[in-house]
Amino acid sequence: MRTPLIEFKDVTKRFGRKTVLDRVNLQIYEGEVTTIIGLSGSGKSVMLKHIIGLLQPDEGVIYFRGKPLASMTKKELAGSFARISYMFQGNALFDSMTVYDNIALPLRETTDLKRMAIDRKVMARVKQTELTEAIHKYPSELSGGMQKRAALARALITDPQIVLFDEPTTGQDPVRKNAILSMIAQYQKKLNFTAVLVSHEIPDVYFISNRILALYDRRIVFQGTPAELEDFDHPFMDEVIGSLEALQKELTGFYTKRQFAMLNHMQLKRRTDQTPYCIVVFSINRLDTIAQLVGHDAAQETINHMRIYIDKHFGDIGGFSARRNTGEIVTMLPYSNLSETEGILDNFAMDFRQQIIPAMQAGVCVPAGTDDIDATITAGIAEGHPSMDVNAVIALAISQQKEIGRLNCAPGV
Amino acid sequence: MEITADMPGENENKVNDERAPLALRPFAATGRTVIAWVGSLGAAAIFLFLAVARIPGRNQFSRIVQQTYYIGASSITIIMLVSLFTGMVLGLQSYHALVQFGAAGAVGSLVSLSLIMELGPVLTAIMITARAGSAITAEIGIQRISEQIDALTTMRISPIRYLISPKVAAAVISFPLLTSVFDLVGILGGYISAVMLLGLNGGIYLHSIQTYVVLSDITNGFVKAIVFAVIVATVCCYHGYFTHMRTDSHGARAVGLSTTAAVVTSCVLILVSDYVVTSLLV
Repeated sequence: MRTPLIEFKDVTKRFGRKTVLDRVNLQIYEGEVTTIIGLSGSGKSVMLKHIIGLLQPDEGVIYFRGKPLASMTKKELAGSFARISYMFQGNALFDSMTVYDNIALPLRETTDLKRMAIDRKVMARVKQTELTEAIHKYPSELSGGMQKRAALARALITDPQIVLFDEPTTGQDPVRKNAILSMIAQYQKKLNFTAVLVSHEIPDVYFISNRILALYDRRIVFQGTPAELEDFDHPFMDEVIGSLEALQKELTGFYTKRQFAMLNHMQLKRRTDQTPYCIVVFSINRLDTIAQLVGHDAAQETINHMRIYIDKHFGDIGGFSARRNTGEIVTMLPYSNLSETEGILDNFAMDFRQQIIPAMQAGVCVPAGTDDIDATITAGIAEGHPSMDVNAVIALAISQQKEIGRLNCAPGV
Repeated sequence: MEITADMPGENENKVNDERAPLALRPFAATGRTVIAWVGSLGAAAIFLFLAVARIPGRNQFSRIVQQTYYIGASSITIIMLVSLFTGMVLGLQSYHALVQFGAAGAVGSLVSLSLIMELGPVLTAIMITARAGSAITAEIGIQRISEQIDALTTMRISPIRYLISPKVAAAVISFPLLTSVFDLVGILGGYISAVMLLGLNGGIYLHSIQTYVVLSDITNGFVKAIVFAVIVATVCCYHGYFTHMRTDSHGARAVGLSTTAAVVTSCVLILVSDYVVTSLLV
């Protein structure tokens, strides 16, 4: 049996009368990416701060390589913490120093490296984190994303063996978010450090994690692989879905592909029988032309009209949607069979032609002197079973697509 | 030994008032305040001890020079301005008082002794507290609430060595130097008002200083300056460093309150310690 690198045994932490961690037990293993997930304010960062010694538990024991931290000598503690690096949620960059000085600080203060060697290491990290143009700027002059990357560069500058990431992707756009997660995964493989992440980015973060720890109601309620978590039946998972739904409403109105995949998995895995489900794929062609001629906002508004109407018709029967490509929406109906879905889709198509297409056409004002925009909206249904691959069902639905409406916008209208 | 962000105090010192009988609650409150005060005094003493012990170290010299510039050199103008007018007022007042007794010749010694023994160290310390002490508390307080101090700890950089020790060392260097500037400019101010404006003989003014001011007066003044430097640096750094432990407020408001508390506490302690040091030295 492997000895955990870090282990919490019955760790309790209170702030005044408020108990933040209540008899928490967890194990973190060497060389793995472990992600601590939990709702906002559940004590994830507090847990991380215990690992690096910024906070001490009121009760319980924290073991580092099998030895309790509390019984270590000062030298042993310093040796243990020397291998750990921490990336703070709020970045904790020194606002009176430039980005370069922030990144170079740990090397200047804790190593005997010469100036040239420090410069080489710093510039290498700066390049990797795409901060070359910002090295002489102060943190206050940077965007939130750039500050995050500067903090990441500083956390990795000493080539640590254990890196604790406190919400590394918060405040990043989707592209940067993926870039940071990829970078963490890439560095973790290259430098073979143990990574412990605290994250809200469910399920994006699953793709780089070996193990997931779920913190719920002041305790660790789950420890296991991302696949095992998806099968985990617990109120925590309902809250995760709730938070995803809130996120959906707050952002574009759609789940991301990863969120959609996770919801699919959870919905289908929970079933004990082989009752069918249906997938409907809606497509609108020439969305790129609309974006080019009338602008991105108008194209977005067009797809948004579709999304609202799809939600209205299919949401009541448990349906949820994701945007697959620019002009493609996939709707999952976990509790409906083929004949029921066909009936709903017919009603949808009729209402769509009568009410929504005129509204969509009104939002697309084609400039004079250009061609008409003639876009076709199609929909296809396929029935699947929990044992089938969802992507195969989606492909089948695409192959079944037929026209349900046509969007015709003339110039100057 | 290290003072961490998670020092006992906040939780442990909270006594549930409601448990004490009504008649005893004022005593409980007083006792709690005294215990908290004694606890803070002890913590501040440990804080100072650690700061002094960590003055030597890597890159410390450049940081001390930087802080000496910030606390010392940048304060020269305001110190000179205040000392000039303090000396002028002293010269003016003492001339009019002493001339009634035919002792106008003692104006120089009165002005210089007042400045060297009392006003120089005290007013210099108060002026630096207002100018640099408040800024030190605010700076460290912001570094605390924005987790910059925790970041130093995670990087294995001692926050006390990196942030506090250079400030304490710089204060001990700057205070006596600025006090000497205050004394000299104040004596010049006395000369301007008594000699140049009121017509006292310049030779008499300077001779009186030479006759009555002895070396021990000057060293006593410097001893006070060093004591004040230690008090101001410790109080201001301590309030900033433990901003997050305040129970009455959080965030930016806590930084503001810590800054106010640091300035008020420093000024009161300067005057109290002035009496104590004076009574020990005379």
